[in-house]
Order: sequence, then C-alpha cells, then structure tokens
Amino acid sequence: MTENLITLLVELKEQDCLRVTGERLEAGEDPHKIVEDAREAMKIVGQRFADNVYFIPDLVYSGKILEQISEIVKPKLSQKSQPKRLGKFVIGSVAGDLHDIGKNLVSFMLDVSGFEVFDLGVDVPAQAFVDKIKEVEAEVLGLSGFLTSVYQAMKDTVEAVKTAGLRDQVKIMIGGGVMDDEVKKFSGADAYRPDAMAAVTLAKEWIGGA
Amino acid sequence: MADKTTENLERWCSGEGIDFINGEAEAAYKRRARRIADVIQLKIPDRVPIVPSFGMFPYLDNGLTCEEAVFDYEKAHQAAMKTLEEFEPDMFLGSGYAFPAPLFEALGYKQIRWPGQEIPAHYVYQFVEDEYVKAEEFYDHYLGDPSDFMLRVYLPRVCSQLTPLERIRPFAESFGYYLTMCGSYAYFGIPEVQEALKALMKAGEESLKWVSILGKQAEEIVSRGFPLFEGGESAAPYDLVGDWFRGTAGVMTDMYRCPDKLLAVMEKLVPISIKMGLDLAKDTGHPIIGFMLHKGADGFMSPEQFNTFYWPPLKKVMMGLIEEGFVPLLLCEGEYTSRLETIADIPKGKCIYWFEKVDWARAKEILGETVCIRGGVPASILFSGTVQQMKDCLKEVIDVVGKGGGLIVDCGLWFDEAKHENVKTMVEFTKEYGVYR
Ligand code: B12
Repeated sequence: MTENLITLLVELKEQDCLRVTGERLEAGEDPHKIVEDAREAMKIVGQRFADNVYFIPDLVYSGKILEQISEIVKPKLSQKSQPKRLGKFVIGSVAGDLHDIGKNLVSFMLDVSGFEVFDLGVDVPAQAFVDKIKEVEAEVLGLSGFLTSVYQAMKDTVEAVKTAGLRDQVKIMIGGGVMDDEVKKFSGADAYRPDAMAAVTLAKEWIGGA
Repeated sequence: MADKTTENLERWCSGEGIDFINGEAEAAYKRRARRIADVIQLKIPDRVPIVPSFGMFPYLDNGLTCEEAVFDYEKAHQAAMKTLEEFEPDMFLGSGYAFPAPLFEALGYKQIRWPGQEIPAHYVYQFVEDEYVKAEEFYDHYLGDPSDFMLRVYLPRVCSQLTPLERIRPFAESFGYYLTMCGSYAYFGIPEVQEALKALMKAGEESLKWVSILGKQAEEIVSRGFPLFEGGESAAPYDLVGDWFRGTAGVMTDMYRCPDKLLAVMEKLVPISIKMGLDLAKDTGHPIIGFMLHKGADGFMSPEQFNTFYWPPLKKVMMGLIEEGFVPLLLCEGEYTSRLETIADIPKGKCIYWFEKVDWARAKEILGETVCIRGGVPASILFSGTVQQMKDCLKEVIDVVGKGGGLIVDCGLWFDEAKHENVKTMVEFTKEYGVYR
C-alpha cells in the first residue's frame, strides 16, 4: 500500500500527503525517513520551478503542505540524527520592505539544496539580523529588498554587521527587484545575485559545498 | 448606427457641458480628446498622445513632501495644477493620487502606511498586504451576503476604529419589530459602537472635503482644455480577493484548496466590479475606466491558472463595461509577455492595455490590430537616465509600437521620483517626434 509520499508531494496532493504521513508514523516508521522523502520531493518541486514547469503558486502551496508534514512529524523526531546541512544561512527582507515572495523562493531553494535557513521575515531591523547571526553562528547573510527606498537600509544592515564585529565571519549577498551590482557596491555587501538559483550556486561556492 | 463606444467617445470629444475659459482651450480640448479617441479606435491620430501617469511626482517636483501632499489637500491641488501647466499632457489626473490620509487615520486603517507617520515624509504611502481574513471566514460569508461581510468582518478587521462594528447584527435581519430592531439595535447604543460611528462620520467629512476639492479641480482642468485621466476605477476579481482579503499567498493556495469557492466568489464580484466602474464613470462622463492588475503577471500563476482564474472573470467585467460604451484601461503591472495571446481575445478598438514590462514588438504584433497599447518608458530611465537615453527609448517605442497608431506614450507605472528634465523630454520629444505624416 506504500503510496509514494515523494510523488504525492510533488503532485501537490495535500490531503493524501497528510494522510500518508500519518499512516507511516502509525506503522512505526522512522520519522526521519519521512522528512527525507519530503525533502527529496521539494527538490523536485524546485527543479520544476527552475524548468518553468511550476510557477510561484505551486511553490507557495508545496511550502504550505511541507509545513503541515513537518508539524505532524516534528514531535517524533529525535535530535541526534538530523541530516547534516551544508551551512547556515540567515535571510530576511530589510527594514522598510514588506515584499516577501522573492525572498521566500530564495529561502525555499536554499532549504531544498541542503542549507539550514533562518528566515527572519519582512521589515527586519538591522539589529535582528545581527542577533541571529550571532546566535546561530551563520556563515551567510542574504538581504532581500524590492524598493529603491531601502538601498540605505541594505547599507545600514551591512554596517551593523561590521560594527558588531561579525563581518569576517559572514558573507553577505543581496537580491530582489531593484537590487543590482551598483547597490552591492553602495551597501558594502559581497555580492548581488538576480534569482534563487544563482543565490544557491553562490552560497555553495562560499561554503564549499559545490 | 454608431456603436456605444463610438457614441460615448464622441460625446466626450465634443466637450459638451464644459465651460471653457476661451476658444483656444476649447479647441485644444477637442484636439486632445480626439487624439485619444483615435488611438483607442485604432485610427491614426495627428500624433502619438502623451499621458504621463504622475504618481507622487507633481508634489516632489514642486517641493512638497509626500506627507504634505496626503495631509494637505489644498497644497496637493496647487502642485498638481503647476505640473499640468508645465507639462501640458493629453490627459491629466489632478491630485487624485494624493489620497486623503486623514480619512484613513480617522478609521485607524491598517492597509496603508503613511509618509511622516510609519515611514519617512518623502516616501510614497505604502500598501500593507496580509491575510486579513481566513478562507473559512471569507468565502461562504461573502457568497451569502457581501455587504454584511464588508461591514461586519472586513472593515472591523482592517480599521481599528471600526472593530466594534463586529458586534452589530446583520442588517439583513432588520425587519422592524421586536428582537430584530427593538432588541438588536441596542448594539448601536453601546459606547464602543458609537465611537465607531463617530469615526465613520469623521472619515465622511474628510472624504467630502477631498472630493469637493477634486470636483472643483476637475472642472478647472477641463475648462483649460485638458481631458481628465479617467472616469472611474474597477478591478480584476482575482486581485480583489488577493489584494484586500486573502493576500498573495492566500489566494494562491485557494486556487488548490477551494477552487470552486474562489471561482464562485469571483463570479459574484463580476457585477459588483462592473457597477463600481460604471457608478463613477457615469457621474464623470469620462469613457475610460482604469484597472490596476496586480496578481496575474508572468510567473505569478501558470498559463492554465491564468486562463482559469484570472482572465475569464476579468474579461467578463471588461465586457460588461464595453457593452455600456466604456473603455477598459488595463495597467498590467509586472511582466506580461506570456499573457499576450490570452488577453488579445477582446473586441477590437475598445480597450487600452498599459504595460510595465513586455516584449514591445511582440505586444504590437499580437495586439496591434485589436487594442491600443500604452507605456514604453521604464521608470528607471525617468529616475536616473540621461536625456539622450530618454530620447532613444522614446524613438524606439514610437517607431515600433506607434507604427500606424495605437500607442499612448507613458511610463509603465505611476512614477514618483523622476528627473524633471527627463519628464520634460518624455512630453516634448513625443509631441515632436510622434507626429504622423
Ligand atoms: C508583488 C508586489 C507587491 C506586493 C508584495 C506581496 C508580497 N507579499 O511580497 C504588494 C502589493 C504588497 C506590494 C507593495 C508595495 N510595492 Co510592490 N511589487 C510587487 C511586484 C509586482 C512583484 C514583486 C515580486 O514578488 N515578484 C516575484 C518574484 C518571485 O520575482 P523576482 O523578483 O524575479 O524574484 C527573484 C529575485 O527577487 C531574487 N531575490 C529576492 N530576494 C533575494 C535575496 C537574495 C539574497 C538574493 C540573492 C536574491 C533574491 O530571487 C527571486 C526568486 O528567483 C513588483 C513589480 C516587479 N516587477 O518586480 C512591485 C514593486 C517591487 N513594488 C513597488 C512598490 C513601489 C510597492 C509599494 C511602495 C507600493 C505602494 N505604494 O503601496 C508597496 C511597498 C510595500 C513595502 N513597504 O514593501 C515597486 C518598487 C519601485 C521602486 N523602484 O522602488 C515595484 C517594482 C512595482 C513598480 N514597478 O512600481 N508590492
């Protein structure tokens, strides 16, 4: 009867995914297997997006399904055998910016590519980025912004990281609607990347998991 | 016999009922309106019309902050009139883009952040999107009674001052008699609800102040020989659901979780959106009805989803307006190249499609025989380009899209910050280079 969770999630069958997750747990299966399958599925979803087969709503919806699977599985997960992640990535939309669709896609692609992602949401004050980097000892910081009016907030955030003495520990990339290499220079970040795939490639280069 | 669009456009071009300041203004009005009517109906005009969609530009350009523009209606009016005088566009909005912040403040409205309050004074006000109502709270209620949903769920949710209205009883139950009126009207007696009603009265006063200024201003604009920008506003049903109630991610997931309900609500919204456009436009006598499209751009949904959820209800609204002789003007925000074939399916010579980002040559190829195209100047060039870059880009759009008519030159969006000389170039170069021989 083993319906394939990977296929179900890739095909965005919400109810079936939740049912199969429940059934597999009840049957006493190792919850980590379920998480692995879900991750495998999300990788395929990400690939379909990269190939223009899937669109933003498909990603948003798969994310919502994944969230629920995680909620069911989480209480049963043991700490020890968490799959090894490539590296820690803190991301958020900078202060003053409420756009999150693009940033969420970046988070999503990083996550399915094996990074441990700490997504701080939107309108994130510089200090919150700094605190998180310290707390989790992140290796990469990603700043998202869609408005010309947040160029300054990008710069302020990079400055705050510097002031906190963390600039050597963390590489910074920026992206989103109106960002480009000019803004990269202005803000003092290390790189600009135009889309989620490019963000993943660069993060792998930086962390050495390429 | 002329069709209704022609009739309506002819009435508008005639300038009937306008008290012109002089004969020159009258002639200028007729020339300008004719130009627009011609491009809409795909006839070659005397020259390419130029209609810059001034967002906050008139205020910033005249030394005001955005804060001043949205709080001081009189100052906004003065600045807008200066911009009109300086640039002499073929149609003009006036100061309608400077929304009356005090109205919204009176209501404690959460869906906009105002300059000088939550954001710096020189920023344009910002829309704050969220999932304001859950799917369970929205679909069935809206389908059952949209007005009740608006009054007792939506407004209380997005206006902190109106939250107490959650407590009143549905007006559908107001049959007179005891329990229905004798009893349930007690809610109007409790102090919190009375405060909410006072907030509405205050908002009403601000609204009246604002529309009075805009009404007088509109008379002044046309009397000086400039047709107004548009007659009313409507919207795509999918955007109405996503923008105001469910949020971008919310409405996206509804396409999977409750497609039938989403479609049903949009069906319900069709006549409402038609009426919304007509109510305003019939008052103003202006044939163009604007739509700002937010959530149907390339990538925001698959082609199948666009053809199921976005376009059919939108097309119904457009057809409803077209049948009454009005001209839908679609501002297509974001990139639209992949949607061109779908949106070409509309009667000929009855609409304006206004693009922000599109493959212009393809747009002309696919839509050229069917609708008038508007746009062509990227906001980034207005903001930071050189005069020469402006000219190059204008030349290209006029050559490619303006070939044989069917083009209105504009920026691809409501622009705020822009170099004065670039806006000047946009207007003057179009007037000079855009002449048809
Ligand atoms: C959707 C949208 C909104 C939605 C946001 C919904 C949401 N939850 O995100 C709403 C309606 C709320 C909104 C509000 C506003 N918006 Co807006 N919005 C857009 C729109 C149409 C699409 C942006 C988007 O999500 N694209 C989809 C993504 C997936 O595409 P993408 O950008 O290619 O995505 C990739 C990159 O961005 C990159 N990326 C993103 N983040 C990061 C981070 C890193 C580290 C890296 C490496 C890469 C990266 O990876 C992504 C995936 O591949 C754009 C128009 C446009 N053409 O971009 C305007 C736009 C960004 N908005 C604009 C404006 C002006 C506003 C408002 C001020 C409007 C107003 N007056 O209310 C407010 C501001 C709110 C605020 N304070 O932030 C302007 C900005 C102009 C400017 N120069 O500043 C734009 C460009 C529209 C326009 N042409 O005028 N907006």
